[in-house]
Amino acid sequence: MSIIIYIAVMAGVTYLIRMIPFAAFRKQIKSRFVKSILYYLPYAVLAAMTVPAIFYSTGNIKSAVVGTVVAVVIAFFEKPLIIVALAAAASGLIADLII
Amino acid sequence: MQKEFKKGFSDGIPIGLGYFSVSFGFGILAMSSRISAFFAWLISATNLTSAGQVAGVEIIAASGTLVEMVLTQLVINLRYSLMGFSLTQKLDSSFTTPKRLLLAFGITDEIYAVAISQKGKITASYMAGLIVIPFIGWTSGTVAGALTNQLLPEIIANNMGILLYGMFIAIFIPAAKKSKAVLFAVIISAAVSVLLKYFFPFISSGFSVIISAVVAAVICAALFPVKEEEEEL
Repeated sequence: MSIIIYIAVMAGVTYLIRMIPFAAFRKQIKSRFVKSILYYLPYAVLAAMTVPAIFYSTGNIKSAVVGTVVAVVIAFFEKPLIIVALAAAASGLIADLII
Repeated sequence: MQKEFKKGFSDGIPIGLGYFSVSFGFGILAMSSRISAFFAWLISATNLTSAGQVAGVEIIAASGTLVEMVLTQLVINLRYSLMGFSLTQKLDSSFTTPKRLLLAFGITDEIYAVAISQKGKITASYMAGLIVIPFIGWTSGTVAGALTNQLLPEIIANNMGILLYGMFIAIFIPAAKKSKAVLFAVIISAAVSVLLKYFFPFISSGFSVIISAVVAAVICAALFPVKEEEEEL
């Protein structure tokens, strides 16, 4: 089978998954319970994506743990996204070079 | 309007940097699966998603069926439906149908995370700006990875893998610091995610994220329903 067909199917499915709820849902939700779920959802999604995947993100669990701790501390002081991200990568790299 | 676009554009820069490093790895993977640099680029430019593309390339390399391709993409990427639905509550009136059809393409984990953490509603210009650099980072990283796997020393390339997670931490830690309920949601979600990973390894990472997040959000919504003024966070 041609690779183009695979790519078209892959892209089509992925686009429809994104597009259908985004384009079709127009109402403002009134239910306090549903609103509350939507309020907590983003943070819960991010936490689930980060843990435990972050510990496997550098190919070396020690440097990943160092990077994670540094990121959490800097994020606690509410520094910008890019600062937190770069500090995590830089500290992991330094840990890799030292350990 | 231009100001909104610029704000989105600059908010997208850290995402784009992270994407470059992750898609670099995707480019290398595609090449090792005997997919040319052009097709690797085409996959990245039309899919803009990490886990789904990796699974897709595996199916292509194994000459899998199209049914398999459809189901795999559905399972791994279903979280985008949840994110798209959640985002609809943040959109202002500038999101006409054509704009929704176009901008839906840019719903990724990171773009969603940054868009949803804005104060108040977001405009279509903001979201359009937000997508630009991540798209460029994702596609150019793929090509760079496909063309050479020695552009970056391995130790540096490896450590760039943490960038995107660092960004997630930068979003949920400050929110958890301000609200005990958010902290609770973060802890439950992370705990369920760990549980699923080690005790139910057959559940895909995409589904694992959906299950963990929904469980945590429902528990917190029941225990700590939000007051009206908190919604605009």
